[in-house]
Amino acid sequence: MTAFLVRRIALIFPTLFFVSVLIFGLQQLLPGDPAVTMAGEEQDPAVIAYLRQKYHLDEPLPVRYALWVEGVVQGDLGESIRIKRPVKDLIIEKLPVTGELAGLAMLVAIAIGVPAGILAAVKHDTAIDYGATMVALWGISMPNFWLGIMLILLFSVTLGWLPASGFVPPDESLKQNLLTLVMPAFVLGNAIAAVMMRHTRSAMLQVLSADYVRTARAKGLSQTSVVLRHALRNALIPVVTLGALEFGGLLSGAVLTEQVFTIPGFGKLIVDAVFNRDYAVVQGVVLCTAFAYIMLNLVADIAYVLINPRLSA
Amino acid sequence: MTAEPLDTALIDEGIGERPWQRSLRILVRRRTAIFGLGVVLFFIALAILAPLLSPYDPLATNWLLVRKPPSALHWFGTDEIGRDVLARVIWGARASLSAGLVSVSLALAAGVPLGLVSGYLGGFVDGTLMRMVDAMLAIPFLILAIALAAFLGPSLANAMIAIGVSQTPIFARLTRGQVLSVKHEDYIEAARAVGNPHHRIVLRHILPNIVPPLLVQATLAAATAIIAEAALSFLGLGEQPPDPSWGSMLNTAKNFISQAPWMALWPGLAIFLLVLSLNLFGDGLRDALDPRRG
Repeated sequence: MTAFLVRRIALIFPTLFFVSVLIFGLQQLLPGDPAVTMAGEEQDPAVIAYLRQKYHLDEPLPVRYALWVEGVVQGDLGESIRIKRPVKDLIIEKLPVTGELAGLAMLVAIAIGVPAGILAAVKHDTAIDYGATMVALWGISMPNFWLGIMLILLFSVTLGWLPASGFVPPDESLKQNLLTLVMPAFVLGNAIAAVMMRHTRSAMLQVLSADYVRTARAKGLSQTSVVLRHALRNALIPVVTLGALEFGGLLSGAVLTEQVFTIPGFGKLIVDAVFNRDYAVVQGVVLCTAFAYIMLNLVADIAYVLINPRLSA
Repeated sequence: MTAEPLDTALIDEGIGERPWQRSLRILVRRRTAIFGLGVVLFFIALAILAPLLSPYDPLATNWLLVRKPPSALHWFGTDEIGRDVLARVIWGARASLSAGLVSVSLALAAGVPLGLVSGYLGGFVDGTLMRMVDAMLAIPFLILAIALAAFLGPSLANAMIAIGVSQTPIFARLTRGQVLSVKHEDYIEAARAVGNPHHRIVLRHILPNIVPPLLVQATLAAATAIIAEAALSFLGLGEQPPDPSWGSMLNTAKNFISQAPWMALWPGLAIFLLVLSLNLFGDGLRDALDPRRG
């Protein structure tokens, strides 16, 4: 167990190294002089000189990389050219908005995906199973930005039940906050629900044919008790850990969902930064996302071993 | 006289079939996969024959026809500057399908050799390459594509490169896994024993045996690439106006959702249908190529 933990944690460092090289390397893709490109349309010589000094553009590439990493390790992700604020502050400011949206989306995904997966596995090879599998495929194939637009058309434009866009912080009005997030959370959770359903179904199918489930049935326990108390508890182990890995999908989806519903979160930050050629913000967001993903992956792997008695022994 | 019924019976049971015949038989039986293939072929035909099938010029504006609902003259209605939506949906198939084809080809061209080298050589090379792959996989697919498209500059070609690069680690990881599972098989050992050079073992003996899972992944990756291209165009990082693409049509349509909902309906439906069909076909292909089924 300890050896596994040490090996698993040690693996993070080379991955983080390559992530940093990749993200630093993005800057090298800029055509021409990066300082001129980053300075935007105004091409202010003072800004160009500042950028050249800030990013040490006169230094050789390895030196620039080392200086950049040194800054990142100290929490300096650079400064937004447009807003003139540290990238770190911008990310910290936007994170709670996307965090709330992602949390609600995950709730939607679990509420739909897990029961549907259980039902499909219990009613294996029946119309219900095929129906649930088709719905999952439907969810995976649906572009979430289109689903968002169609929901706005139905619930905001036609029925007038929900606000079409915007965001109200929960401390201002919890009701308004939830009303603005209902549609985005459903849109974002929909695709994850489909993946969750597939995971739950296959994990349940495996568990339902295990000996201990057969024993539970032989003892005369009801179907509900066998499924919920014996099978589901074990089937959920891989579902929980695989669910953690859906984080990437959640963040990718949030970029588009926040754009459709005009939610001022992490996703909107990166898109706005792209259009304003605010490259430090783009790099900062990508770096934070990758770091969070690597850490979640680690937690998921460790949790999987800890929860699974066969592996933790 | 007795031989003929016996042969037919054997074929019916799937005995004596070649692997591709068996796969084809299973694939043809899957109605959803055939439906998927049919729809994909329909879209391919639409993209190729766009100049013949399109009722109007997709770029022709008409200020007298601004945001007109579907009618006998304009089946899918018109957009905010009077362009025919049907014509733009037909021409938009080209951007989506080329994104699927080019991005997946790029990902295959880069990912498969990486996976082959990594899996075959093992050791330090494998460890280093796989940490690079982990690093790429650590960045969510669309975020990596957005970042690459942002730094490369907004255009359909750059969007395709960005999607292809983002999909490369998936193919590298899959190829490596497949190489590891076959490289100790007897036929590979035999090829090595008779003195074949490494490149010949990899290209002539390993690669042909790992094609089926790559083919399935390529189909599913094409579906992902089509959604990604639409997403990048929706964000303004793919095909640039006025050229038609389903994603950029949706980007404009969201501003006119209350006045002209048809502008959003058709391009979205086209993306959904094409992606769903590729997924249906990919799922069917996976079952058909799985040697455990039959």
